[in-house]
Amino acid sequence: MKVGVVSFPGSNCDEDALLAVVERLDEDAVLLWHKDHDLQGADVVILPGGFSYGDYLRAGAIARFSPIMQEVVAHAKRGGPVIGICNGFQIACEAGLLPGALLRNASLQFRSMPVTLRVETTDTVFTRAAEVGMRLTMPIAHGDGRYTADEATLDRLEAEGRVVFRYVDARGEATAAANPNGSMRNIAGIANAGGTVVGLMPHPERALEPLLGSTDGLVLFQSLLAAVHA
Amino acid sequence: MTTGAVPRPGDPVITPALVAEHGLTADEYERLVRMLERTPTFTELGIISALWSEHCSYKHSRPVLKTLPTKAPWVLQGPGENAGVISIGDGLAVAFKIESHNHPSAVEPYQGAATGVGGILRDVFTMGARPIAMLNSLRFGSLETPRVRYLVDGVVKGIGDYGNCVGIPTVAGDVMFDAAYEGNPLVNAMCVGLLHEDELIRAKAEGVGNPVIAVGARTGRDGIHGASFASEDLSEENEAKRPRVQVGDPFTEKLLLEASLELIRSGHIVAIQDMGAAGLTSSSAEMAERGDVGVTIDTTKVPVREAGMTPYEILLSESQERMLVVAKKGRDAEVKAILAKWDLAAEVIGEVIAEPVYRVTEGDRVVAEFPGTRLVTDCPQYTPEAKESEAAIARRARDVHAIPPLAAEADPAWTLERLLQAPTIASKQWIHRQYDSTVRTNTVLGPGAADAAVLRIRGTKRALAVKTDCNGRYVFLDPRVGGRIAVAEAARNVACTGATPRAITNCLNFGNPKKPEVFFQFREAVFGMGDACRALETPVTGGNVSLYNENPQGAVYPTPTIGMVGVLEDAAHATRLTFTTPGDAIILLGENTDELGGSEYLAWVHGVVAGAPPACDLAGEKRLIDALLEAIRAGYVRSAHDCSEGGIAVALAECCMAERDRPTGADVDLSPWSALAPRALFFGEAQGRVIVSSANAESVLAVAKRHQVPARVIGTVTPASNGFSVRAGDVRLTAPVSKLAEAYHEALPRAMARAAAEKVTRDPALAGGTA
Repeated sequence: MKVGVVSFPGSNCDEDALLAVVERLDEDAVLLWHKDHDLQGADVVILPGGFSYGDYLRAGAIARFSPIMQEVVAHAKRGGPVIGICNGFQIACEAGLLPGALLRNASLQFRSMPVTLRVETTDTVFTRAAEVGMRLTMPIAHGDGRYTADEATLDRLEAEGRVVFRYVDARGEATAAANPNGSMRNIAGIANAGGTVVGLMPHPERALEPLLGSTDGLVLFQSLLAAVHA
Repeated sequence: MTTGAVPRPGDPVITPALVAEHGLTADEYERLVRMLERTPTFTELGIISALWSEHCSYKHSRPVLKTLPTKAPWVLQGPGENAGVISIGDGLAVAFKIESHNHPSAVEPYQGAATGVGGILRDVFTMGARPIAMLNSLRFGSLETPRVRYLVDGVVKGIGDYGNCVGIPTVAGDVMFDAAYEGNPLVNAMCVGLLHEDELIRAKAEGVGNPVIAVGARTGRDGIHGASFASEDLSEENEAKRPRVQVGDPFTEKLLLEASLELIRSGHIVAIQDMGAAGLTSSSAEMAERGDVGVTIDTTKVPVREAGMTPYEILLSESQERMLVVAKKGRDAEVKAILAKWDLAAEVIGEVIAEPVYRVTEGDRVVAEFPGTRLVTDCPQYTPEAKESEAAIARRARDVHAIPPLAAEADPAWTLERLLQAPTIASKQWIHRQYDSTVRTNTVLGPGAADAAVLRIRGTKRALAVKTDCNGRYVFLDPRVGGRIAVAEAARNVACTGATPRAITNCLNFGNPKKPEVFFQFREAVFGMGDACRALETPVTGGNVSLYNENPQGAVYPTPTIGMVGVLEDAAHATRLTFTTPGDAIILLGENTDELGGSEYLAWVHGVVAGAPPACDLAGEKRLIDALLEAIRAGYVRSAHDCSEGGIAVALAECCMAERDRPTGADVDLSPWSALAPRALFFGEAQGRVIVSSANAESVLAVAKRHQVPARVIGTVTPASNGFSVRAGDVRLTAPVSKLAEAYHEALPRAMARAAAEKVTRDPALAGGTA
């Protein structure tokens, strides 16, 4: 498997994602420069966290127009796997790969903390090795993570089983207290209709080693490996 | 003899009033005239005003700073560079520095704090190091004041937005609140970077004919005279000085960071420096001075944001995210290509010259010309009078044991709960959760998890521990002892995580040095730091001096903030502060005493800042650190936490509930010390104490004995449902753990929730001429 990690000039989790693939999964990974039109033969694309072009306007609003994103969108349309993490989720929404938008956190403050997620579906290339109801702990670190869409879209996502992760408390309940940013219906991550594009605000690439406190992000990458090698 | 510089048409005439406005004394002006052998031009006056400001010249502090120890086999770069550098083994090194942004943050907290982060980041990556961690040491007035809540909110947001965007984890720091900082908050930012020893680059201009290149953001009219602003007392006129505060752009900083590291590794450049305080002027003068060469700069070549900027403005602008680079001759195209990749501008603006002169031209016209290459250190130096004030002596001599306890204190649980709510002691989670602490995936122990933050070093077994510390109250009551404690506590905190303390950087925040009592504080505190650095083998690798932290209400507490770096040989040794396992023994390393002076208890419960601060036995501290590290490395220690503000009762409570979702209880017996006054035993701040939990108490005691460190099993870790219980003879302190946790964790969020409801933008007392 070859993973392409997009480097926008303000990406700051691109190296983390690259090292996660190379060091933790022992798979091949390359950085894809935002000014290029070349996916370098990547089977999977990671849109990493950061502040793509500064994001002073709106997170991801400029990134969608970058040369590399045209190739990423084409890759996704061909059914190629794409995962957008944090800023990558925002960019995926701006680029139309996923519905809805990520707005300023309800607290109006940046939030950096571990959260608990509940896996809602295994019908995506990034959760097929997980189990529905499984709880995962991993960090969030964002100022604009309040997932928002109109009611019809939310209902459709629910009906089609495209809500992938929800913020939950220690007992697995999707409570308001467990919701770190005011996301509608506690949504932390969603998928496209084919289950090949997933976006989520939490950082699975920061939860791959016991030394760093959690290995719960591994299941996303193991799912991916299983999907690509299937 | 230089005759080159001539006044520009339209320049103001040099008058005594203009000289005074530039902060130069009559003697300093005389010195300038002697140096030039003529009347300075307006541009030259501006340059000297910046370079001879306290902030750039260290004119009051340099002779005292020279007494600090700066050498050890592992120190690769001591003071005098953009940042200090130490070797950590395996060919790797760490660059680190702390710097203040107090004055700008007092006037404009968000931008002031944000640009402080930006500046210290640049100081570290210009050494060739990739920043891996940020820390902040913050001091504010009482949280009861709306203005203070506004400052806290703005400073925290500013720090967070900048560091989060650049993608450097903010992992540790220290925050204290005391009315002494009411008008003068302290905002000290520290950055730690990692490099290969052979990638170390210094900001030393060399090579006649080499081009001098301005890189990064364009130069605007913001921040002009920021360095001079930072070198005077705050006053009612400061609102009018808001334009002297710069505006930060973290996205450009991120580009600059990547481009600079690429430039350094390319081999095309010989030196690089941030255009920080006093901008182009100080960066060019300092680089020339270090290389003992001349330099010439043409201000018409500097990329500017707006037309019509004068050489004076271009030289003194403190626009952010700019660097000055000396490239190898003939490599300008390669340098520009690297910057173009990151969409940044680079323009050749000058040249290194053999002639020992600092020359600025505007096209063909020479607007400033100074002989010699030591423009910065040829400044006047002062050794002001130092005398401790009678008031300070009396304050220290006060018998604080005679202060009658409040009626409510009959139950020590009341006092403990109250102390846990003190903003200085309470959980800082409200602050930490606004900082990305896990980006770069190296954070082993982040904010609040241990006495210092721990970051693994990728590709090795090693890890770094980093922490800032300073109790200004102790320094205020006894500067020499307080200076010692600041270093000792930072070292103890780093050691509690399992790291060997290695070196410090410091940020010396004091009042007006021209006042004898302030200079006394400064001198004695630095001597105290030196004592501790020698005893603990943690030399000083650099830092920053911030004087004139005064306003009409008076000076801040003398606050020599210490930024400590330690090394863990094995990241697996990283040790938390919280108890982990019921049944473990609780061991006290060190000795309880009757000391109560300078305590948070006296300040928070009684509103009294008096008495002698606790004694600091440096040899004992060293033995404690050695014993602790041996026990941790042997695997005997499950948690370690030092006793600081609030004393042993607060420390034990924190061990139980600092991690709110993993609470434990404790059953502790301090009866061996029941002869001590209970409040001194529970809440006094005797130094040199660490609480350890262990499943192997005998081994810990044996290690302690070998190092001649007092040690005793004082209790047992219990399930949280058993509660928190400490007794000493007949005195009992018992409380439900959840109640202590609520006091500790809810205090700051509750106070700051009030800030959200308030719309305070400035202190009425500081509201000056601006509408």
